[in-house]
Formats: sequence, C-alpha cells, structure tokens
Amino acid sequence: MPEAVEAKLETNRRPPLSIVRDLTVAVGVIVLIWLGLRVLRSETALDALGPFGGKLVQALIGIVLGVVGIWALFVVANSLVELLPARATTVIRPYVFVGPAVVVLSIFLLAPAVGTIIQSFTEVPEGEGPFYNYVQAFTDPALQIALRNNAIWLILAPAGALLIGLAFAGLVDRVKRESLAKSFIFIPLCISGAGVAVIWRFIYEWRPEGQPQIGILNAIVTSFGGEPVPWLQEIPTNTLALIVAFVWIQTGFAMVILSAAIKGVPVELMEAARIDGAGEFQTFLRIVLPSIRGSVITVFTVTAIAVLKVFDIVYVTTNGNFETDVIANRMFNEMFRFRNFGFATALAVILLVAVIPIMVVNVRNLRRQGIGA
Amino acid sequence: MKKYRWLWLAVVMAFVIAACGGGDATTTTAGEGAATTEGGASTTAAEGEATTTAGAPAESTGFEHLDQAMAGEFEGTTVEIVAQWVEGEEENFNAALDPFREATGIDVQYEGLPDYELALQTRVDGNDAPDLAQIAQPGKMASYQADGQLVDISGWFNVDKLREEQVAGFVELTEVDGGVYGVYYKTDVKSIVWYPVAPFEEAGYAIPTTWDEMTALSDQIIADGNGNPWCIGIESEAADGWVATDWLEDIVLRTAGVDFYNQWWKHEVPFNSPEVLAAAEQMSAIWFAPDYVFGGNTAINATNIRDVANPMFDPAGPQCWFQKQASWIPEFWPGNRDVPDREAWANPPGEASSFFYLPGIDPAVGNPVLGAGDMFSMFTDGDRPEVRALLEYLATPQGAQAWIEVGGFISPNTTVPQDWYTTYPNTELVPILNGADAFGFDASDLMPAEVGAGSFWTGMVNWVAANGEGTEEIFQGIEDGWPAS
Repeated sequence: MPEAVEAKLETNRRPPLSIVRDLTVAVGVIVLIWLGLRVLRSETALDALGPFGGKLVQALIGIVLGVVGIWALFVVANSLVELLPARATTVIRPYVFVGPAVVVLSIFLLAPAVGTIIQSFTEVPEGEGPFYNYVQAFTDPALQIALRNNAIWLILAPAGALLIGLAFAGLVDRVKRESLAKSFIFIPLCISGAGVAVIWRFIYEWRPEGQPQIGILNAIVTSFGGEPVPWLQEIPTNTLALIVAFVWIQTGFAMVILSAAIKGVPVELMEAARIDGAGEFQTFLRIVLPSIRGSVITVFTVTAIAVLKVFDIVYVTTNGNFETDVIANRMFNEMFRFRNFGFATALAVILLVAVIPIMVVNVRNLRRQGIGA
Repeated sequence: MKKYRWLWLAVVMAFVIAACGGGDATTTTAGEGAATTEGGASTTAAEGEATTTAGAPAESTGFEHLDQAMAGEFEGTTVEIVAQWVEGEEENFNAALDPFREATGIDVQYEGLPDYELALQTRVDGNDAPDLAQIAQPGKMASYQADGQLVDISGWFNVDKLREEQVAGFVELTEVDGGVYGVYYKTDVKSIVWYPVAPFEEAGYAIPTTWDEMTALSDQIIADGNGNPWCIGIESEAADGWVATDWLEDIVLRTAGVDFYNQWWKHEVPFNSPEVLAAAEQMSAIWFAPDYVFGGNTAINATNIRDVANPMFDPAGPQCWFQKQASWIPEFWPGNRDVPDREAWANPPGEASSFFYLPGIDPAVGNPVLGAGDMFSMFTDGDRPEVRALLEYLATPQGAQAWIEVGGFISPNTTVPQDWYTTYPNTELVPILNGADAFGFDASDLMPAEVGAGSFWTGMVNWVAANGEGTEEIFQGIEDGWPAS
C-alpha cells in the first residue's frame, strides 16, 4: 500500500503539458454537458428528426448525459483535484466525490422537507395562528379515525409480516427446492402496491345474496352455505382486510432478509445446542432468534415505515370510506383533490415526526451491527 | 495507470466530438426547419386564398380567429388539447375535431388522459400544461383560475355570441370577476330514469308522470313479486358517492326550487337547511325503504356505477327496474362495453331500454332539470391565434357535429339543428332540456372541492352505510366542514 501511495504522490508533480491537457478536457466536458442540456431543454432543436426520431435522439442524449456525463464529471473533477499539491488533494478529494450527492439530496430532499414544514405553519386562513393546521388535524373527527387506523396498522402489519416471514424463513431452510418456495413468497413484493390493491379488491368483492359471487372469498363463504360478507364495508373487518393485503406484500421482504440471516448463524452453535439436547423449536427460539436479532429489528422498522406511508391499498380499495382512512390517503386527498396545501403539509409533517422514532431505532440497530459510523 | 488515463481521455474526446457534431447538426436543421415551415405557411396561405376565391366564399363563423384559421393562416401550427375522453369517446371527439384539422391545416393533438383530474393537475403543477384542457367541475376551474393558471378569454372571444346561443346559465358559470375562463362544450341531462322496455310493457306498467305515481309503481313492482324496483350503486373508484349527491340535488331542485338551489350551492344558506333535510327524507323513502333497492344499502355502497344495471338486463328477467342516471350510462351497460360496432349492442337504448323524465314533486316548482357539462379552458398564453381558433371552433355547432351525429353528446348550444340529433337518447333528451322549467347545474360540481368532491361524497357514503340513519348529524358534519372562504 505505501508504495502505491508514493506512486500517487509522484503523479502530482507532473509536466506542464499534462496540466494543460487535463484543463482542456475539463473545459471540454463541461461545455459538452452544457450543450447536451441545451438540446434537451430546447423544444425545437430535434423537431427536424420527426416526432419519433426526435424522441429517440432525446432519450439517447439523456442516457449518455446521465451515465457518461456524470462519470466524466467525476473523472474531470478528480483530475483537477490532482493538479493541487499532494496534501490538498488528499483532503479535498473525499468532498469532491461526496459533494454532488450532498448537493442533490439537499435540493431534492432537504429543501422540499424544510419547505413543507414552513408551509404547514404559514398556509393558514387569514387571522389564524401558525398552529391552525395542526389544531385542525387533531380535532377533525375524520382524521382521528385515520390516526387510529394508522395506529392499528402500525401494531398489526409489521408484526404480521415479521411473524409469517420468520416462520417461512425458518421452514424454508429445510425445503429441498428452497429458491422455488422462496420465489412464491417473494413474488407479491414485485407487484406494485396499486396492483396488489386491485387483486385484493377482487378477492373481497361482494355481490348481493343470490347473485354469482365473483370475489373468491365470498364464493368460498357462500359455497359453504354462508351469507356473503361485505369485507370492505364492515367495520373493523375492512381495516383488517386491508392489513392482510399489506402483509401479503411485505412477508416476502421479511422472509428474504431473515432467511439470509438464519443462514449466517454458525453451524457449530446449532450443533452444540443439539448436542446439549435442545429440540428443533428450542434451538430456533434460543439460538437462531437471538443471533438474528439485528435483522429482525431491521425488518420490523422498515415495515413500520412502509406502514406509516401506506396509501395505495387504501386509495384503490375503499378510498378511505367506511372508517378505513389513513393519514397518507387523507393527505393525498387534501393536496390533490381539495388543494388544501396547509392542511396537507401539516399531515406530511405529522407523518415525518411519527417516522423519526422508528428511524432512530433503525439507525441504532445498524450501529450495533457495526454498519455505519 | 497511465494507460487507463489515456483511455479515459479517448472516451471523453470521442464524447466531445460526437456531441459537438450533434449540436451543430441540430442547430442547423432547426434553422432549416423553421425556414421550411415559414415557406410552407406562405404557400398554403396563398393556396387557401385561391381555393376560397375559386370555390364558395367561406362564410364567417362569427369568430375572428376561427375565420383566419379557416383561411389557412395558421397551417402547420400545433395545438395540444386534453380531456378525459378515452376509447369510444376519444374516437368521437377526434371525429368532431377532424373538420377543423382539414379546413385549417392545424395539427390538433388530442390526448385522452385516464384518471383525468389528477393527470391534468400533475401536468399543470409540473409546468407542462396543455394548450386547452377539458374541465368537468366549475369549482376546479375556479381553483385553477385562482392559481393564475387560466387565460381570460373575454378580451378576444365573442362572448356575447356565446351568451346568445347557449342555454341560459352556462356562460355565467365560467365567469370570475368579470373575466371568462372557459367555454362550455358538452352537457348532460341527469334527471332521467332508465327502465327495460319489453318487460315493463309486458307487466302492463305505465310511465309515471308524478313522484307519487312513481312510488306507487315501485310498490306495485314489489307487490307483483317482480324483484326490487330500483337499481342503485354509488361506488365509483376515487369518486364514491357522487351518484347519491345527484339524487339529493334533483330532489332539492324539485322540492325547494331553483332559487333556493342556487343559494344552497353558493352556501348563502346552510348546507343542512331544513329544505335539504326534507329532501333527504324524500330520498330515503326510496333509497332505504325495505325492498325498494336491489341488494339494499350494502349493494348501494358496493356496486360500481358500471355494474348497477346488470340485474336490470338479467336474461331471466329484470331483478330491478329503474336506474336514475345521465344519458351516457347505456355505454356502460352489459353488452355495450368494448363493442366497437354500436349497431351490435345487446340492449340498444330506445328498444330494449328507454327512460322517462324523473317526475316533479312540488307543482309550484314545476319540472326542473339537473345537468352538468364539460368546458374547455385555456392554459397557455392566449397570444397563439391557432389555440384561440380551436377554442372558438369548439363553441360552434360544427365543433361537435360529428359527435352529435354519432350520439352520446348534447351541446349546450341551442343553435344546433335539431335534426343533427339522430340517435335515440338525444332525440328525446334535447326536448326535455329545452322544455325544462329551470336548469340546475350539478351542485356538487359547484361547491368547493372539499365539499363537492369531498365531504358531500363521503357524507352520502356514510349515510348509506348507516342505512339512512343519523341524517342530521351527517349533514351537520358536512356543514361544519365547509371551508371558510
């Protein structure tokens, strides 16, 4: 290693010609990217290529700029930093590489978040105080139902996904065609949330008694002589029904993470336990589970965050009717249907605050595992 | 290391050269393109003049920009227009636009957007607004206007002509503070009740002409053991409940009159005024009366508007008989969906099915009509004459002629020749519209979105879920949630 470092330091003392060359390339790349962006922004530059050809060339330029351009920028920035004295290079280089990511995150994540928080306090009717939207949010009867539902979701959904995922992960370890079995559990995760909602909407479909039941659940119920159940209308069955759909998606995620963790449990440990007379279940409970504690927390927190954001399932199935509303759906309606930016941003901030404790648990957990500083 | 450095340089230089070449090429071709379009425009303009002088002189449309467009002055330009109409309706709208395209040489690019309201909002928010966009809810128009997104057309559009030709009340709906922000293109009459003709006649039933006759007939259907009289469903994806708001509005119009009705949606009287609660009472006498509705209140909330009429056309005979819905509903009936050839409809309206006017209730109020409509609003700068010309075209009878002749379209324009309406529902509907004692515009479309597309909808869903109980609390809740203006 020291040799390599020395060699690196050597290169910093370079002939003037190479400095000129590097500078030329740098300017060239920047001019190029600027030109490319101009073509992309222009509405007419590519018209001559026809509607299809124009779009195609535009897409190509976009891909080239996005992939080669960014790469070239890093290379150029690196070569420029290398023109500096050796010590300055080592100090500055990390910032050159991290800098763009920080800038992009600030512009597209931090700035909107701060803007949202500000808006939630300033977008109030005339003559009202800055907390108007929050007072509204916590006194609105419909929103109290949404808050209650989010709490129910938060308790049941991650627990359900975790328990079923854990059971599958433990069992699938012994299955001959393990990857095939895993794939089946994993597939729902590949379906978009809206798609899942549509699938479960059909599963829960209700038709008046005596009509052919096209929903599989009611078809089963009526084939046993039962009365069809309006799953999505009955309170609180409907919220539970939606949580089942969510668990159906998330179980695959939980299983994959936990299954990998279980494979990481040292075989010696398991063998030792078995020699000491522990049964299968006891081994799992006393040895495997404590060993994968970190992964269990990761699965739980990630699922909990997904639960707080849950929107698509509710929007597609009931649209929040029949006391199934959740905060994210209400936020969507306030924002895009009613144009109540103040109220919608206040709801966004409430969600953000609710996510923070879960994030803290998650980060601590990662730290305990030695990931992250 | 050194070798790789040169490789990088080579790649970067290749990139430089390629992009420089590309840049040059595009700038020159863009210039050439501009030159050719200019040349093209001038030649076609000359041709246009030649044809007008040679053939019959073009009759003035009464609209300045449209006249210019018809003379070919804007040939080669492009106008982007979006609406919620897809599939069959998209074909019809395009057919209505074709004469404009052919006569003017303007490339009108129509796009029908699914999940329309959200899609339009997203485009407008993203600074990608189309030139012209259809808006179904005047409340939505008002909020776009308040955001400064809409062009005031009153400066150049012949609004007086519009006011003269359209059914009274439409232009007023597009006015905000003296400006005009839209042109009504299409209208619907909602106050009609569909029924299956053959079984209806076989059973010896007669069309009710008063509300009491209608309830008496409902009772008789139940007594005859012919199933339930009413097919009702208010499930409609993200818009659950709007069918119920239409019902209530129709009854408020019939019991309290159009003057009260207009005060009601303007919120000059409380949402839960005694008149409205009385109308709700009248409504529950049908909606929540035992055996009146197929499947009861659970079915009302569970049945999508597209599926409502399925039991009406049950091969074994109607299981329910009446569906109150606007004139477009037959397109969604079983057998009518996904059938490109309209002749092949399994239950062609006018033969297998027909409708009657939802009867009046209070003779002092008479027979009002509830309706709605679609307008076009201009989102991009009005300085582009081709966009103005298209908006003007859409205000003329010709702007909808092709669609009117196919059917499924009623123009708010009274100068449309009656004989253009050749298809069944509209031949019957247009006289109802023109003969109505008053025209009430769909109130939920006019109320603030928080109510008209929010609490009013969900309130009705909750009301149905409670099987009509707790009316006062639910209506009080809607009143309490009315946004402070």
